[in-house]
Amino acid sequence: MNPPVATPFFFYLLAATMIAGGVLVITRKNAVHSAMALITALLAQAGLYLMLYAPFVAGVQIILYAGGIMVLFLFVIMLISIERAEKERQFNKQWLVGIVAAGALGGLFIAVYTTTTKGKILFPEGRMTYGETQNTQAIGSLLFDRGAGQYMFAFEIASLLLLVAIIGAVVMAKKRI
Amino acid sequence: MHGFLQYIQSYLDSDKTPGGAGNIFWATVYILLVFAGLSVAVIAMNWLERKILAHMQVRLGPMRVGPHGLLQPIADAIKLLLKEDIIPAEADALVFWIAPFIVVLAAFTVFVVVPFGPTHAITDMNIGILFMLGVSSLSVLGIVTAGWASNSHYPLIGALRSSAQMVSYEVAMGLAVVSVILMTSLGPEGGTLSMIGIVQAQLAQGEWFIFKFFPLGLVGFFIFAIAMVAETNRAPFDLPEAESELTAGFHTEYSGFRWSLFFLAEYSAMIAVSSIAVTLWLGGWLRPFPNALAGPTWDLVFSLFPGITFLLLAVMCFYNTARMPKHPLFRVQTIGLAGFGVVLGLIGLILFIPAVRVRVTDIYWFAAKVGAFMYLYIWYRGTFPRYRFDQLMKVGWKVLLPTGLVLLILTALVGMRTELWAELQGVWRP
Repeated sequence: MNPPVATPFFFYLLAATMIAGGVLVITRKNAVHSAMALITALLAQAGLYLMLYAPFVAGVQIILYAGGIMVLFLFVIMLISIERAEKERQFNKQWLVGIVAAGALGGLFIAVYTTTTKGKILFPEGRMTYGETQNTQAIGSLLFDRGAGQYMFAFEIASLLLLVAIIGAVVMAKKRI
Repeated sequence: MHGFLQYIQSYLDSDKTPGGAGNIFWATVYILLVFAGLSVAVIAMNWLERKILAHMQVRLGPMRVGPHGLLQPIADAIKLLLKEDIIPAEADALVFWIAPFIVVLAAFTVFVVVPFGPTHAITDMNIGILFMLGVSSLSVLGIVTAGWASNSHYPLIGALRSSAQMVSYEVAMGLAVVSVILMTSLGPEGGTLSMIGIVQAQLAQGEWFIFKFFPLGLVGFFIFAIAMVAETNRAPFDLPEAESELTAGFHTEYSGFRWSLFFLAEYSAMIAVSSIAVTLWLGGWLRPFPNALAGPTWDLVFSLFPGITFLLLAVMCFYNTARMPKHPLFRVQTIGLAGFGVVLGLIGLILFIPAVRVRVTDIYWFAAKVGAFMYLYIWYRGTFPRYRFDQLMKVGWKVLLPTGLVLLILTALVGMRTELWAELQGVWRP
């Protein structure tokens, strides 16, 4: 049959792209270059979702993050004078604390991956797979189904939170409504 | 060698798309065919737009290069390729260089899932329509970065306008698309996001989704039809490149080959969104009346259309050959036009061969519907004055978005009416 697409080669390629993008985001002084590096990282992340056989999440990732949020980011960044921003002193100088925090987080990830409790590793051995054609339907029924739907409350709370943020933004931006 | 031939042959016997069958050879062939077809379509659109707009304004349009200006697009292409390629001194060279490629990549990648027929697509994805919307929304990034990297005022304003406009209209567009996806879930096979699946749902439910739950399908189609013009930055929503205000908007500083990439991307994006509209509302590759006029006789009648179309085009060519001026200076052009007519006629005759006919009918009907949209685009441009920016935002957020939301709720209610009714009766009479 067909060779599987989710080969280690693609994983390392996408992961390397993501890390390179992430490093560029924080090292570039020009904010637009940073934003474009972030877009690259987000697209690579969509690729990783595809490798996990989650095409729906990958599609939403592209639409929302790369196509929606990043456009708004760029919209705002473009209004800033880049020349002035480049010359400005970077106000965050806490390299040491940053490195310690990042190291701690990395250590935590490794710990989760290696710790065993009662002979079983904490990290799940396999992942839940759905057939490619049922992936979207499976997400839908996890969210909304009467029997199997366990995340409906969380989902609605999250959307309520976003609504509150939207209304708050409008109230703060508009003097007279 | 024999194994390779068998590999090629094995796909022809299957009833899947090349991507679905995992056949790399045929996938490559399809990709090249789609790319070539798109390029030809863009060239044809360039000529047709100028000619049709001219005739709408009682002008002749291009007449000098070739008979009736037929060679004008080729002359233009050569001019663009030979032009000096300028990068402004103050521009951000790297971003300036990348931006046209982002736009072109986004515009062409979406064609991976466009279904020209039940098996005539490069591949069929489970998230087809989501993929199309997502990747086509990436082209905004190219436009925005192009405007910013030029480091000049008009392009920057054009880029700001286009990002605001495209993000706003994407919302209304998405709502219209979701109402169609709700409609697909009413069929026997359940809901689907796959482009091929959506067309098959229309076949199974016996009607195009534009007529489903009249007038709900029609309203959704109108929302999409308006939003798609805004998404592709075409008149009357061409504010990002409004030539009377911003010279050329976001691509003011671009010249030569890079400018032609923007041109190519704009037209292929128009074809892409039109094919979304055709797939979602107008039955994709389905010929008219696939259920009411079923049977081998009607199949035969409808499969003759592609050949007849090309023969008609050939007849038009011959008619105009006869009308060419009889001056010796026009001899080459007259012979050329007659030759073009002969080529079109031969293509028409080839399309009558049964083996070809069967495979081409789907593509013909799909292309015909997309062609109707392309004509509409030109018609809009010849008819409507440009919107002002606040009017544009008002239409997007205050008209299309609420209509889309109401449409979505109504579609869900009408689609689930029997279940809802049963539920209500259960509540009232325990």
